[in-house]
Amino acid sequence: MIKLSHIEKIYNSPEGSVHALKGIDLEIKKGEIYGIIGLSGAGKSTLVRCINMLERPTSGEVFVDGKDMTKLSESELRDARKNIGMIFQHFNLLSSATVYENVAFPLTLSKTPAEEIEKKVRPLLALVGLQDKANQYPAQLSGGQKQRVGIARALASDPKILLCDEATSALDPQTTKSILDLIKVINENLSLTVVVITHEMQVIKEICDKVAVISDGVIAEKGSVLKVFTNPQHKITKEFISVLLSNELPAAFRGNEISAEKTHGSLLLLRLIFLGDKADDPVLAEMIRTCSGVECTMLFGNLDEIHGVPFGRFIIGLSGEENSVQNALKFLSTKDVRVEVIGYVRRNNSAFD
Amino acid sequence: MSAEIIPLLTKALGETIYMVIISMAVASIIGIPLGVLLHTTDKGQILENVAINQTVGSVVNAVRSIPFIILMVAIIPLTRFIVGSAIGTTAAIVPLVIASIPFIGRQVETSLKEIPAGLVEAALSMGATPTQIITKVLLPEAMPGIVSQLTTVIITLVGESAMAGAIGGGGLGDLAIRYGYQRFRPEVMLATVIILIVLVQLVQFLGNTLSKRLNKK
Repeated sequence: MIKLSHIEKIYNSPEGSVHALKGIDLEIKKGEIYGIIGLSGAGKSTLVRCINMLERPTSGEVFVDGKDMTKLSESELRDARKNIGMIFQHFNLLSSATVYENVAFPLTLSKTPAEEIEKKVRPLLALVGLQDKANQYPAQLSGGQKQRVGIARALASDPKILLCDEATSALDPQTTKSILDLIKVINENLSLTVVVITHEMQVIKEICDKVAVISDGVIAEKGSVLKVFTNPQHKITKEFISVLLSNELPAAFRGNEISAEKTHGSLLLLRLIFLGDKADDPVLAEMIRTCSGVECTMLFGNLDEIHGVPFGRFIIGLSGEENSVQNALKFLSTKDVRVEVIGYVRRNNSAFD
Repeated sequence: MSAEIIPLLTKALGETIYMVIISMAVASIIGIPLGVLLHTTDKGQILENVAINQTVGSVVNAVRSIPFIILMVAIIPLTRFIVGSAIGTTAAIVPLVIASIPFIGRQVETSLKEIPAGLVEAALSMGATPTQIITKVLLPEAMPGIVSQLTTVIITLVGESAMAGAIGGGGLGDLAIRYGYQRFRPEVMLATVIILIVLVQLVQFLGNTLSKRLNKK
């Protein structure tokens, strides 16, 4: 549906040039919710604007629905843009127009007759739950309601693609949730392709199928959200994820030296990641049963869900005879669980004071 | 105050209102598009054109830097060419219009600058043409601001029209000079000043009310 190849964007100014995008390749399939995450200044807003040519790439090609957007004339481009709805962080509603007029705006632009506009706008207002606000002005609405107007407006011209530029960044967590749910419903019911730009991993986790992590103008990592979440490769990805899933050691071990060799009184800490149906398997119970002489202490546990796939993360501490511990490690490696050996760490006694 | 002065005052008031309304209408017809041009051709705007922006901007600045009383005299040949005479209420309209056009242009430009860039971006993302952006986004959104700014222009025009009266244009200024000053009739002077104060208050009040009504923020 959307294919970006070798997108470069260079801003020239008297103070020097800024290389905002450095060769971006990205493919977004029909019906997908594709997340693009990055810190501010990473180039994600520029990237999403290259899709509808609000920003013209310095070089590279942008295919939307088979058409190379970079080669369209001004008027062809205006028509192509009607296929791409966009919502914004600050909503960008007309303050002088009512909710109804705002939603009708794209149709007014294409000179749609008033009766047709009415037929189109009323159901959209119902879809976003604002039927009773039709005659109010944006200033009378809450942030979440304003974004609902933004969404209804973006959908008015029956687009195939919806671009969301930090659409929930100005909203509180609860409102964010309801807006994300709405985007998900629209994606499913209208089989709309959605591109979500955000700096919040929570947003990616809630609704996206795929994610691209953008850093300093390049894509650091991309893939399915499940894959990127459970097995992040790039440092920046790990940082984003750590906001949601803490990677810190339990308090009783935090700050203590981690060594590769066993020291007196230390535990071998392991980070275990269970994915999918395997999250339900009694792997640890089996380990304790089969590997005699090993003690297992549960230090941290968390069971989450990404797109309905269970995702468990645990930190356990193993102690006992060295060969029993090694035995246990070997046992775990045969099982469907990802094991990351943290190392031998002593318990911090002060934690129990 | 003697009764013979009343018709003089009403006539002068009528002439002032006539000068202000006609000048304002003509100057707005040219000045508002000028303001739109100044804003939209500016850097980063929808019709960015540095050459046009700077040329028009310099002309606007040049006209605005001429004191009204000098402008009025300097363009007498032009006034004569357009109206056929350099004296009279209608003749006074020519310099008033010329002085007001760049003033309105800058005021409208200021109002348009207040509109968040995101609104224009949103309209562009919906496939709006530059004309649609001007007529359906920029002007409606800036309307409360433009109304306030134009109120200021009208009040300036009231003052300038009094000045124009001094060189034979009629109106309250002319009355104040001829009767109040030259014929030593302080009560006429006082009366015209009071009428001018009331007139300005009224214009400001109406301008504020309209601007407030248009503002949905």
